[in-house]
Amino acid sequence: MLDLLKQLSFGPDGWGDEIARGALLTVELALATLPFGLALGLAVALAKDSSSLVLNALGNGFTTVFRGLPELLTLFIVYYGGQILLSRLAGLFVEGATVDVNQFLAGVIALGLVLGAFSSEVFYAALRSVSRGQKEAAAALGLPKWTAFRLVVFPQLWRVALPGISNNWLVLLKDTSLVSVIAINDLMRQTSIAVGVTKQPFFFYFVACMIYLLFSILSSVVFSRAEARANRGYSRAGGHA
Amino acid sequence: MGAVFDTLGSGFLVLFGLLGLNADLMGRYGMRLLGGVWVTIELVGLSMLFGALLALPLAIARVEGGKALRRSAFAYSYFFRGTPLLAQTFLVYYGAGQFREELTALGLWWFFRDAFYCAVLTFTLNTAAYQSEILRGGIQSLPVGQREGAKALGLTGVQSYLKVILPQAVAVGLRPLGNELVLMIKASSIASVITVYDLMGVTRLAFSRSYDMEVYLWAAIIYLIMVELVRRVWDRLERRLNRHLVLAR
Repeated sequence: MLDLLKQLSFGPDGWGDEIARGALLTVELALATLPFGLALGLAVALAKDSSSLVLNALGNGFTTVFRGLPELLTLFIVYYGGQILLSRLAGLFVEGATVDVNQFLAGVIALGLVLGAFSSEVFYAALRSVSRGQKEAAAALGLPKWTAFRLVVFPQLWRVALPGISNNWLVLLKDTSLVSVIAINDLMRQTSIAVGVTKQPFFFYFVACMIYLLFSILSSVVFSRAEARANRGYSRAGGHA
Repeated sequence: MGAVFDTLGSGFLVLFGLLGLNADLMGRYGMRLLGGVWVTIELVGLSMLFGALLALPLAIARVEGGKALRRSAFAYSYFFRGTPLLAQTFLVYYGAGQFREELTALGLWWFFRDAFYCAVLTFTLNTAAYQSEILRGGIQSLPVGQREGAKALGLTGVQSYLKVILPQAVAVGLRPLGNELVLMIKASSIASVITVYDLMGVTRLAFSRSYDMEVYLWAAIIYLIMVELVRRVWDRLERRLNRHLVLAR
């Protein structure tokens, strides 16, 4: 047992620092994906809510595709497809040129598309929970459309959407493990490297699981605070709403 | 009979080429892709079934059990829902290798040596955690009067579960169970990482040999068809099974 723990130490003898670096990359990847995915999700939700039939169809099609595809497949299509497409484009200008797609970027795009599809459903439901009167009152006050959305609709929408978004985030955090398959040195891959050298698969994968679990627990704490904050205008007599 | 299929098959491939698609690729890997679809269906079907069998005692332990039992069932489902399926799969498949001698002594090594069995085991453990949460939610959503009514009629604990509580709990959980089935179809692609030749595994193999993007697009279409089919059929099923509840909604 002590031998095993020693292998987790930091420094040249242990794998602690390598795994910690992988864990950091996992968090970076998830955090980099979050704004892109949520912005995409909100845009798709607005498209689904708009009066234009074309935008409706585009929004619904996007959701159906990226909610239905396995995340691993989306990742491969973005990574290899991007590589082939960009190489062909580059080939038009320079004979025989090839382009390597940055794995981190491919990961952010693929996971962002998936997050966009799932969060758009959450945003769409939340958008419909904000009553029409709110928008109309903002218009009556003379607020421009965008200002009305930013100051009147969005804060109310956010409150309703938060629990769903919190769920989306937890799924995203776990989905980041898939990028290890396209050779990003995230937590999962660093763990696999450690396993390859030490021949202790059960121990190291268990440690990796515990780190993911820790991230999930920490995220839950952060999100329950954010929910309390978003609901502060709604607290009722008799405790928190 | 075989000749008919051959003719049909080559006719299909000609049509394929006429549409500007890579008929050669389809000719070489088409049948293997279909075989992959079957492996995916087996993976998902077996895992969902065994998962449901495991979810039942877990859910009942969460509702009826004492403190220790309740907490262990909660810890189980928290672990499997809070960690990535890929990590769980590696933990079982590669982790088992570490205990090879013990497993051989127990006569279980043939099971853990096989990537397919390991995938089924991991997916079963994983989906059991999700399904038990769905079932628990369903059980706890029932009004206490159902339980009291069953007791007043003189039903034993097991009888009241079988005749009164579970049928209603499953009805409540039918929609999330359908979602879980869809998630499982998608997640089963992870088995390809531990060398199972499911749809994803065959696709990756075909791509690594042909380097033709088209094969990924075919896989995407097949997955989308499977998922949409399940979603629609399940929707019908749910409406049919819950038709007595429609008016109340």
